[in-house]
Amino acid sequence: MPRIVVDVMPKPEILDPQGKAIVGALPRLGFTAFSSVRQGKRFELTVDGEVTEEILAQARNAAETLLSNPVIEDVVNVEVVEA
Amino acid sequence: MTELPLIGEAVAVADQAPDVRKLTGARIGVVTFPGTLDDRDAVRAVRLAGAAAVPLWHADTTLGDVDAVVIPGGFSYGDYLRAGAISRFAPLMARIIDAANSDARLPVLGICNGFQILTESHLLPGSMIKNDGLLFMCRDQILRVENNTTDWTRDYAVGQEITVPLKNQDGQYIADEKTLDALEAEGRVVFRYVGFNPNGSRRDIAGISNAAGNVVGLMPHPEHAVEAGFGPEIGSGTEGLGFFTSVLNKIVGDNK
Repeated sequence: MPRIVVDVMPKPEILDPQGKAIVGALPRLGFTAFSSVRQGKRFELTVDGEVTEEILAQARNAAETLLSNPVIEDVVNVEVVEA
Repeated sequence: MTELPLIGEAVAVADQAPDVRKLTGARIGVVTFPGTLDDRDAVRAVRLAGAAAVPLWHADTTLGDVDAVVIPGGFSYGDYLRAGAISRFAPLMARIIDAANSDARLPVLGICNGFQILTESHLLPGSMIKNDGLLFMCRDQILRVENNTTDWTRDYAVGQEITVPLKNQDGQYIADEKTLDALEAEGRVVFRYVGFNPNGSRRDIAGISNAAGNVVGLMPHPEHAVEAGFGPEIGSGTEGLGFFTSVLNKIVGDNK
């Protein structure tokens, strides 16, 4: 089954409180190379059958209307992944 | 959905107001989504203010004959995806959005998760992200009333400080600077946190309204501060009741 992967990230100008907490925890475990962390979301939409342009357009539309909130988030990637 | 029973003395207190209810005839809807917590408290607050409470179900396709709507707090759909994001697409929300934007300007109050649903619905600008301290906050919170011309704040004075409970994890109100400047310029910042900002919200904003003043959203919970002995210990403990009497006065005034 092919899947459409949608990646959503907090907008760059918005402070990401979760990422801030994670970057604080990393050095405590010895991971000292990372100066900042931003946490996003990955959605996998399974399609029964072939991914047509129409279905991909639906996925992009869903990504902008439901999967992300344009006030605080950007859709950074929509791609087809063959299983 | 049948009307929810009230517990203990709340029933007796609510029943003391039937004459007022008959007099006003005002009907205020309270919406329940899967995962809503505070619908019963909102129903009780509506009754204590002297209106009839009309329970509404998120899957309803009609609003019925209501004069105002309260979208109460809780964790609709478990806050999955984003707080309020899934509820925003409930069939009843489409009716509420239309009614709020119609010429009749249906008064709509969103409390906590209700506020989040209103921003996701684009009835109010901006959005909520996790509290800057990442902790769930639960405290009695002092608010300053910044605008008493909305449908939900007309019984307060500008500058009046009220104390109501606050309890949330995703309570940090954010919007871009342009939107914030516009909200300030248009007097649409309705409440600000006083003394302590519990979540890092921009410009200490606790609640805002739409341009017409019929839609108001805030993170703290006025419906938990409506009955002496059960509200905050700071102040009278009933300083949230003004939301509900305000909208009642607005409805009664319009019907004159």
